[in-house]
Amino acid sequence: MSVPVGNALHQDNYLTHGKGWKSWLFTLDHKRIGVMYLISILASFLLGGVFALLVRMELWTPQRTIMDANTYNQMFTLHGAAMIFLFIIPGIPAALGNFILPLMLGAKDVAFPRLNLLSYYLWVVGAVFALVSIITGAVDTGWTFYTPYSTTTNTSVISITFGVFILGFSSIFTGINFIVSIHKLRPPTMTWFKMPLFLWSLYGTALIQILATPVLGITLLLLLAERALGVGIFDPALGGDPVLFQHFFWFYSHPAVYIMILPAMGIISELVATFSHRHIFGYKFIAMSSIAIAVISFLVWGHHMFVSGQSNLANLIFSILTFLVAIPSAVKVFNWVATMYKGEVELATPMLYALAFLFLFGIGGLTGLFLGALATDVHLTDTYFVVAHFHYTMFGGTAIAFFGGLFYWWPKITGRMYREKWARMAAFLIFIGFNTAFLAQFIMGAQGMPRRYYNYLPEFAPYHKVSTIGAFVLAVGFVLAAATLLHSLYAGELAPANPWGAATLEWHTSSPPPHENFETQPVPGDPYDVDQWVYDAAAGGYVLAPAGASGGRA
Amino acid sequence: MHSGHAQVAHHFPSVRAQFEAGKLGMWIFLATEILLFGGLFCAYAVYRANHPEVFIYAHRYLDKVLGGINTAVLILSSFTMAWAVRAAQLSQSQRLVRLLAATIACGFVFLGIKYVEYEHKWKEGLLWGKRFKPTHQERVVEKDVPPPRPLTDVNPEERSTLPLPAPPPAGLARPEESTPVGGVVPKNVQIFFSVYFLMTGLHGLHVIAGMIVLTWMLWRARQGEFSAAYFTPVDLAGLYWHLVDLIWIYLFPLLYLIH
Amino acid sequence: MKSWLLGAERGFMLPVQASSVAPAVDALFKFIFWVSAFFFLLIVGLMLFFVVRFRRRPGYQKPTEAPSHNTFLEITWSVIPLVLVMIMGFWGFKVFLDLNTPPANAYEVQVTGQKWKWLFTYPNGHVDETLHVPVDQPVRLVMTSEDVIHSFFVPAFRVKRDVVPGRYTKLWFRATKVGTYPVFCAEYCGTGHSDMLTTVEVHEPGGFERWLEAASNLLNTLPPAEAGRRLYQTRGCAQCHSVDGTGGIGPTLKGLYGHPVVLRGGNRVTADENYIRESILEPMAKVVAGFDPVMPTYKGRLKDQEITALVAFLKTLASEDKGPAEQGRE
Repeated sequence: MSVPVGNALHQDNYLTHGKGWKSWLFTLDHKRIGVMYLISILASFLLGGVFALLVRMELWTPQRTIMDANTYNQMFTLHGAAMIFLFIIPGIPAALGNFILPLMLGAKDVAFPRLNLLSYYLWVVGAVFALVSIITGAVDTGWTFYTPYSTTTNTSVISITFGVFILGFSSIFTGINFIVSIHKLRPPTMTWFKMPLFLWSLYGTALIQILATPVLGITLLLLLAERALGVGIFDPALGGDPVLFQHFFWFYSHPAVYIMILPAMGIISELVATFSHRHIFGYKFIAMSSIAIAVISFLVWGHHMFVSGQSNLANLIFSILTFLVAIPSAVKVFNWVATMYKGEVELATPMLYALAFLFLFGIGGLTGLFLGALATDVHLTDTYFVVAHFHYTMFGGTAIAFFGGLFYWWPKITGRMYREKWARMAAFLIFIGFNTAFLAQFIMGAQGMPRRYYNYLPEFAPYHKVSTIGAFVLAVGFVLAAATLLHSLYAGELAPANPWGAATLEWHTSSPPPHENFETQPVPGDPYDVDQWVYDAAAGGYVLAPAGASGGRA
Repeated sequence: MHSGHAQVAHHFPSVRAQFEAGKLGMWIFLATEILLFGGLFCAYAVYRANHPEVFIYAHRYLDKVLGGINTAVLILSSFTMAWAVRAAQLSQSQRLVRLLAATIACGFVFLGIKYVEYEHKWKEGLLWGKRFKPTHQERVVEKDVPPPRPLTDVNPEERSTLPLPAPPPAGLARPEESTPVGGVVPKNVQIFFSVYFLMTGLHGLHVIAGMIVLTWMLWRARQGEFSAAYFTPVDLAGLYWHLVDLIWIYLFPLLYLIH
Repeated sequence: MKSWLLGAERGFMLPVQASSVAPAVDALFKFIFWVSAFFFLLIVGLMLFFVVRFRRRPGYQKPTEAPSHNTFLEITWSVIPLVLVMIMGFWGFKVFLDLNTPPANAYEVQVTGQKWKWLFTYPNGHVDETLHVPVDQPVRLVMTSEDVIHSFFVPAFRVKRDVVPGRYTKLWFRATKVGTYPVFCAEYCGTGHSDMLTTVEVHEPGGFERWLEAASNLLNTLPPAEAGRRLYQTRGCAQCHSVDGTGGIGPTLKGLYGHPVVLRGGNRVTADENYIRESILEPMAKVVAGFDPVMPTYKGRLKDQEITALVAFLKTLASEDKGPAEQGRE
């Protein structure tokens, strides 16, 4: 079997296959669609980040700092909406997943390339509708759109709601594509338990996407009907039930946090195995825990409503199920740590992100226990404790994994290596800045500081100041990371086919891959049998060990 | 859902694999459609449980006969659709075109009858939520909440034994009015019509979407694209149309045949 | 309001314990905290140890036989956390039941949340913007909202409950420490969400009854203009109407009485007793030009005598040179 070992940047590859903007905008190539998603999603991340910095600046003093209360309310709403609906939910599946999934399967494309392009354009249309509200009167409802506030505020709720509705369809179509691709395009020799763990996690994610997103769709349609026509479904004055909206909303949005975190866990599985240069520990437990999370995630939505007047029995059931969903996550963490045992740990940039993930997601997951327990949740819910908790899971978890994955697959996507030293420095700044920004929020939350507050009691000022400083350190880290990646595009060294020594199939093709992904069809084996790859100084990367020799084994 | 040509797309190993992928994708999509309506069915269940008297009272304003005819029309269209798929599989292109046209015609009949029903409701003011303004005298619903009781006409000496209720919030149904006795009109009748218009409206949009897809199939069938070797699009469109029918078959008894 | 955080009794993370359930909640908090700290240090400690011990370095050969799975380990690290979290779950439920089940003899106060203030109606009909409760006596709050969803939150008591329009929600506590504690709105409710603050004052035994007596008899114990000033401050007028001529959601009350007012549509009226009374009871009847018709009606919330007192108060604001500040508080 011949595997291309080299760089294809100056040969025919997916980037050079077809010229002009039309060849990008009308492409059916999953790799190009993935790249377009990546650019759009990073732009959304930038936008959401700017909103976050504005929010943190306003909170520098207990009273007005730079903006009035209404503007502040719009800023945190737009920060949440942009980050959640435009960045975190589509981030890993639609950008990295789109690029990597067919490659990992050894396939030429996803099952429905046209549907794939359609879901990208639905994302664009949805994003436009969501963001046009910035001009027409930015929404101030919080990203959760709780009724009856959202039906009475005079900001453009309709536009953003419709945008998110369309984004939901984009998400559903991506989910359908991934499930069908994994079922129907998997090579016969790649059995379910020979699938890379990233694919398992994308499969679990896709299940949630198709089962939960339609409920968000109908919820938003009802909200639209409520606002535009006054149907009164959520309006107590017309006999409706405002809390029903919360049930509907969280029936989607709780599973949605697993849409966000599951693929991140998949990336971490790949990173930890690759950079420990060792077979992943407990493959089946990690794979099955993804599916367990996907299933249990549908049964926990009520834990967002412990103080809204649910019955005691409902609260008990939701609390216990919430604790249950913690177990598969814990199992994954233990297995990742065990993978490093007796390995050969290489502290490359993606591995730094993976280690940061273990640290941050550890805090995020464990602080979830305080919120899952009924008595402590009553005190902590709707305070900064919750804000810190979900930033540790969603940012410290998902976003960190996303950037880990981006640095991991960057050579494959662009054919270029980045400056390792700069990238590590950026990762370090991000880690420090993030903890500075959000650890303080746990303390002030436990002290009783409610979330979404424009003015606050002066006692909380020191915590807010620390948090704001951390946010800016974090921002500097991201600017450095962005500079590193942009610099690599024109000045980076040419990337080898397999710079890290990973065994999954995307490394069996040149960097960047050709239009149809593989010159020769790769033969799937154990995706974590890293010992069959040996470092070749001439190639600048790893190559398959000659048959018979057993690679790195002594 | 995928390339509209008889040949197999480049990334599929065989026609059969491509057909199976399309079918699986369609089934998953149908599952999401059911979940979309599932939200509305949940809302229906919640409001029917909270206001059973409203549903019993208000459903009588729906026309069972027209609803029944519509049910029959859609069942007939499902039959013509299934026959059309069979015709495609047997390469009977003339018959395929005629059956697709018949199915679309059934869709038009359904929408026409729906229009008659909606117009009737519109004239009588039996609309959703805040647009609910019944014109018929005996159907007028007492919607005004009485002014809040004054809180102050109690001697301060009695305060510890006489806790007064806070002013009733707007829209809170008072229990003595929640059951219709001897022709008493229940409160919050508009909730039924909100649910009715949301459910039938969303279903109507799906019927229209289905008819657009079927028209496209009809056009392609007239081009002679379909045969025993390639009939996937007709098959998938058929699955979608059956789902739209199936949802109506649940909606009809839930809305028209309460009791 | 300032000392509750910096006071001697504050813990590192939790505020002062001022209710009967707070120690139980905090005990659970501490249990979860130490379990979490243990697991966090275990995970991060092992991670760092492995990174150092097994790092790639010149001359390092990774061990040849490394296990790729171990079912016993997997079951162990599934079951032990499972047992621990189930303890947390049922412990949390047990404390929650105490927190959620008011004793039968609780003193009842009606709470109304509206944008952006709290109103507390005591059993004798007295309405106040701050909550006053006796120490060591169970108090039950029956709460509803006028507009959107709010949430009643007293960190020192470890209680919180959403306040929903169209229904009543309930909350109870037994304050154990005399003092003044902040009350927050914890559910986002718009522009003034973060200003929807008030305090709960816990009175020493006997003090609550004395306070309520004095507060309820405002109209009998004070001259009408002074009573009107208190009503202006406690019934929500001050949220929108200034008395110093500055703008707000509603027109200022300074120099209003006896002067002409331009209405929407261009009509002019003179602000006499009848106009003021009508504007309080039927705010939509005559809306001042340049302002939105957003004022809620006070019909049924203010007694005739109270309206008379308010009019008397407005009369004192009529002439510019006689501001309210000079009237002197207390």
